[in-house]
Parts: sequence; structure tokens; C-alpha cells
Amino acid sequence: MSRPEFEAPPEIFYNESEARKYTSSSRITEIQAKLSERALELLALPEDHVPRLLLDIGCGSGLSGETLTESGHQWIGLDISDSMLNVALEREAEGDLLLSDMGQGLGFRDGVIDDAISISALQWLCNADRAFFGSLYRCLARGARAVFQVYPESNDQRELISEFAMRAGFSGGLLVDFPHSSKSMKEYLVLTCGASSSVPSGKGEDDEESCSEDESSGDEENQTKLTKEGKSRVKSREWVRNIVPPDSKYTARKRKSHFFRVLFMFMQ
Amino acid sequence: MRLLTHNMLSCNIKGVTNGFPLGLEITKREIKEVEFNSDFVRNMFAKIEWKALVNAAKSMGYEELPEEVDSSMLESDEFLKRFHHALLELHLEEGALVCPETGRQFPVVKGIPNMLLNEDEV
Repeated sequence: MSRPEFEAPPEIFYNESEARKYTSSSRITEIQAKLSERALELLALPEDHVPRLLLDIGCGSGLSGETLTESGHQWIGLDISDSMLNVALEREAEGDLLLSDMGQGLGFRDGVIDDAISISALQWLCNADRAFFGSLYRCLARGARAVFQVYPESNDQRELISEFAMRAGFSGGLLVDFPHSSKSMKEYLVLTCGASSSVPSGKGEDDEESCSEDESSGDEENQTKLTKEGKSRVKSREWVRNIVPPDSKYTARKRKSHFFRVLFMFMQ
Repeated sequence: MRLLTHNMLSCNIKGVTNGFPLGLEITKREIKEVEFNSDFVRNMFAKIEWKALVNAAKSMGYEELPEEVDSSMLESDEFLKRFHHALLELHLEEGALVCPETGRQFPVVKGIPNMLLNEDEV
């Protein structure tokens, strides 16, 4: 898979035509909506139905903002690509938009933002600039959360991003949804401002949960699923129950080895 | 751009210690109706720099906000509606934001402030 962030800086890459292409692809809009819903869920806002003031970092054409608006929240979106922001205007995004480079730090007063989300944007931040996390930390209210859905290009970048976030004072860490599927795996950096809290667990970490609700279902389900140790679990009981005729008494119960059966016969 | 955002923004040019509030230069303003939610405005109240909001609203042509406020006024629906109007319904469409310390202008085009800094400002 090619990575757009290797080709050009975001303000150049997302020109008029790329911005339009991005937003008119129903596949992308659907994925972005799902990622935004998950990010919003991970913010773990109190269930008091009070709208919050949220920041959408790298808001692009306002796809993630739509999810925030649907949930009743007010938001401020910032992005470095004015073509993307123009598309957001055409789509009548409800939040305020700012043309801004997150790498230059965020220009907000201290502690005024309730929470922040960022969808598929952080990997554009080449050097995981310290200025960014520091300024984000300052403008968030104490106890606020920031959730970044991110596609790190390498382990090094993954570590660097976490390290800079921790150094700025955030606690939290990386959460992985569907870690066993290369197609539907998604990573979220879940940060808390000030007070420490544990990172919630990712979806699909247990083998029981299927990945079918994700965008890349279908072909994966027919494949042999691998457990964490990499062993095939084709002959599990559930699997057998599904394929033997309903009137069969075969349950795939494990029998003692032949050696012991012979031994028992001798003993009797 | 709404005054809610204006009230949160602060100039972050390197070396600027007091980048708030940004001055408003207004070429075109608009009023867009937004559904009233008393919980939201009540919740925002503590975070708003009141004086900056009153002045910004005035320069946008809205003078109905009281100069002095205290939290007891949050009981009044009349007050909350004025607060809501100033915060969410007044939009700066064309103009500029001005850094109070350096006078640097951030142009606002189609309601979007351009907050990009030059290399020597970072």
C-alpha cells in the first residue's frame, strides 16, 4: 500500500482534485465515519448529554466533524490543506475551521478545550514535533482526553510519537483494534491530560470476537483463523458442531491415546 | 468563524507572551441560527473570557451582553439566549484577526482564519 505522506507534504498532496477525490469516495467516507465514532467512544465522555467543545486535529474535509455534530458536540477543526477546508465549507461543516499547521503548535488559551480527536492525521507530523504535544497539553482541560487514530509508518515512528506525548505530560498509550487482521487493524493513541488512567482494550483482541463488522469482511472470514500462537484452530468443537450433520453423535471429544487404551485392556 | 472560537484563540507567534484576545477586523459578518442548548452554554461559561466576548460581540454589532457577569445569571433563560447568540451565531466571514502584541494580521477568508505562521515566527 502506498503512503500519501511519503509523496508530498499534506498541504501540497491534498490539492483541489485530491481533496475532492478523497471526500467523494464512499469507501473512505464510510471508514472515516467508523474511525471517528470509535475515537469519540474512546473519549469516554460522561453520559450527561451535555455537548462539549472538541478539537478535531487534521479535520480535512470535515468527515470526522460530521460524526461530532451528529452527536451534538461543538467542534473546532484545523487542517493545513486549504483545499480540504474548502470541501468542508461546501459540505457545510458545522464546526469552525482553521487553516493551521499542527507542527507549529496550537494557538489556544490554556485549558479551554474539553477533548480532542484526530483521525488519520498524526502520521503526517514528520518529526512528531515536541511543540505540538506541548501546546495540545496546555490547551486541554485537566482530565481531558485526546484520541488519535494513526497509521504509523514504522515502529520507530510509533515509539517516537508515544515518547513525545509522554514527555509533554500525557498519560495513556496505544490501543489496537483487531490486532490479528492486517486489513482491519486500527491503532489509536489514547492520551489523558494529567490524571493517569488505563487504556481501554481494543476490539477483536479476543479470538471469539469476529472482525465481520469491519470494512474488510468477506474474504477474511473464509480463511482459517489463527490464534495468538499462530496455531490453526480449525478443529475446535464449535467448528465441528457446525459441519457434522445435526443427528450425528460425533462431538470431536478428545480420546485418550491408543497406548493407554491398550494398557487399560491388559489391566482388566 | 464564531466568537466561541475567537474567545479560545491566542496568537502563538514565538516570543509573544500575551496573544489574547486577538483583535477583530471585520469586512463581512453573518448571522447563522444555531439550535439553543442551555447545557452547552452553561458549561462553557466558566471557560469564557467575558470581557473579550463582550468587546468582540460589540465590534460585531451586538451590544446586548451585560458588562459584568456572575454565575447566578446562568439561572436566567434570557441571559443564556443572549450568551448563546454571541457565542455561536455571530460569524466573522471576511476580515482579519490581529495579534494584540505584534499587530500581525491573520486573514479570515470565507470564515476560515489563516493561522499559518512564517518560518521566523515559529
